[in-house]
Amino acid sequence: MVLTATQTEEIARLAGEFAGARGALLPLLHALQATLGCVPDTAVPIVARALNLSRAEVHGVVTFYHDFRRTPAGAHVVRLCRAEACQARGGAAIEAAAAERLGVAMGATRADGQVTLEPVYCLGLCATGPNALVDGRPVSRLTRARLDAIAAEIEA
Amino acid sequence: MSRVFVSRDMASVALGSNEVAAALAQAGAEVIRTGSRGLFRIEPLVEVETQQGRVGYGPVAPDEVEQVLDGTHPNQLGDVGALPFFARQQRFTFGRVGMIDPLSLDDYRASGGWAGLEAARLMTPEAVVEQVTASGLRGRGGAGFPTGIKWRTALDATAGEKFVVCNADEGDSGTFADRMLMEGDPFSLIEGMAIAGHAIGAGCGYIYIRSEYPFAIQTMREAVQRSAAIVAPFRLEVRVGAGAYVCGEETALLDSLEGKRGQVRAKPPLPAIAGLFGKPTVINNVLTLAAAPFILAHGPKRYAEVGFGRSRGTMPVQLAGNVKNGGLFEVGFGITLGELVDDIGGGAESGRPVRAVQLGGPLGAYFPPSMFHLPLDYETFAAANGLVGHAGIVVFDDTVDMLAMARFAMEFCAVESCGKCTPCRIGSVRGVEILDRIRAGGRAGDAVEALPQMRNARAAQRGVADETALLRDLCETLKYGSLCALGGFTPYPVLSALEHFPEDFGLETAHVAA
Repeated sequence: MVLTATQTEEIARLAGEFAGARGALLPLLHALQATLGCVPDTAVPIVARALNLSRAEVHGVVTFYHDFRRTPAGAHVVRLCRAEACQARGGAAIEAAAAERLGVAMGATRADGQVTLEPVYCLGLCATGPNALVDGRPVSRLTRARLDAIAAEIEA
Repeated sequence: MSRVFVSRDMASVALGSNEVAAALAQAGAEVIRTGSRGLFRIEPLVEVETQQGRVGYGPVAPDEVEQVLDGTHPNQLGDVGALPFFARQQRFTFGRVGMIDPLSLDDYRASGGWAGLEAARLMTPEAVVEQVTASGLRGRGGAGFPTGIKWRTALDATAGEKFVVCNADEGDSGTFADRMLMEGDPFSLIEGMAIAGHAIGAGCGYIYIRSEYPFAIQTMREAVQRSAAIVAPFRLEVRVGAGAYVCGEETALLDSLEGKRGQVRAKPPLPAIAGLFGKPTVINNVLTLAAAPFILAHGPKRYAEVGFGRSRGTMPVQLAGNVKNGGLFEVGFGITLGELVDDIGGGAESGRPVRAVQLGGPLGAYFPPSMFHLPLDYETFAAANGLVGHAGIVVFDDTVDMLAMARFAMEFCAVESCGKCTPCRIGSVRGVEILDRIRAGGRAGDAVEALPQMRNARAAQRGVADETALLRDLCETLKYGSLCALGGFTPYPVLSALEHFPEDFGLETAHVAA
């Protein structure tokens, strides 16, 4: 991702804001992702300089944590739980149905950029699975009918 | 105008409580948002304040609110607290959850809040630590380490700066007690952390919450802000994880808080001696810290008189997976697994027979119904090659494929391994491969084994029994060779599945050759 001048300025501003805090890297990366939609590789040197870290250290952290993206996600993000409690309630069948209904493989973004389907390991709603987080909104007791409603929302 | 109570817990919202609350407000009711009572079969739940106390209705759909307000809704439950699911509980830690507005300081104080902190502040730090020790409280995150000893170690350590860290990285599938407490009664956690701060002489605390819990993050941040003046000079900050399961391991969590990759540290040194930023740190689970206000307010004896063996006090048990009455059930240790799954949980929601339960999250063992007589107790489950862990119970019916569950345990370990130690990083991948070969019924000798220079290699076909022996060997390496519980405990689900459900692995007898 090539940064615009405004984006570069924004990254430098955020990095400066967090630079004084202890253990600032994770909060800063969260803030960057909230602003830019991802943590682009081009932001790494700016962050490293501001926090007095090596680029390798920053890159290591960005790639270690599942949450940080190096490229932007689709317009909508569906995070589907794959953990045991949801599996006990038919999660595997819903996972297959979701991939088919949304037209995208688990862990991928659809070619038109409209939706990203991601695995998540537990949302803490374990008595009412299968569960998903649709653009941050929790949805329980997923059925094919509910998947249809989610798919319709995404196409709209 | 009716006063009604509707949960704002993430699980209730996922079942539609926001829509119900909006419809009630539209109909002219005064809606108070609470935490969840903890029984999800009756959610979305609406409780209406009447002369005789609160009357519950649930589940309720948004277009049925008029019937709730005029008292004609068919799902009337009466006094929710009198339902068998709630009447059998001992809510020491979850007493307020579902009852009060979680962010109301008035509600919190009116229901006995801050009494523990006020009592602690009148004592010396040594006396507070003694009270916690006398209560017999053990770490509720999973390891069950005596909390008093941990606090004592940090108190005795001399340093210019100490920390209290709350581990709210509740990543285990089948667990949600930490989340419910943070969303339903955040001030009790803050009070517990302030007590710990006083006890060890720490001026600052961090609450590390996993990013998968957006509601808890929002509620805790707001609660920290609102209560800042009460806990001062103790200061608190909420930090958010980034989707790494291993950060629930205490030393990985500390590295993550420091802004590094969440990799496990070798112990010693213990975090209580050299923890966050190298300073003495008490790191405890949400439920451990939230138990402290009760102990200080009511005295350690009141807490310790409940329990079983060396497991004292109550455990907020989470009934999850394919279970009819799923939810949060806080009870003294000693209740049997069968009582929890069959009597309270009501068996599988699918109506089919229960075949297995997993106790203690992804690293916990699977147990068949023949072991349902075991009482909930750290030592009992350790002796049965399992663990209580964070007391999440995931119920599976008879359609479960235990070989697939064993494979998932290895796959999960491979996905979430921090990569620091070899048994976990590589062993988990090898484990998936072995389980795939067991699924395939063994394998033929491969090309390398057939090379003339491989004189000692066996060229013959390997059967399921050979692969199983290899799996056991691998599990032993993981168990004894890993740095932390992720690699060290992954053998529990794998070997328990093999031990108790050999037929799913293509082995005939219940007695598998060791």
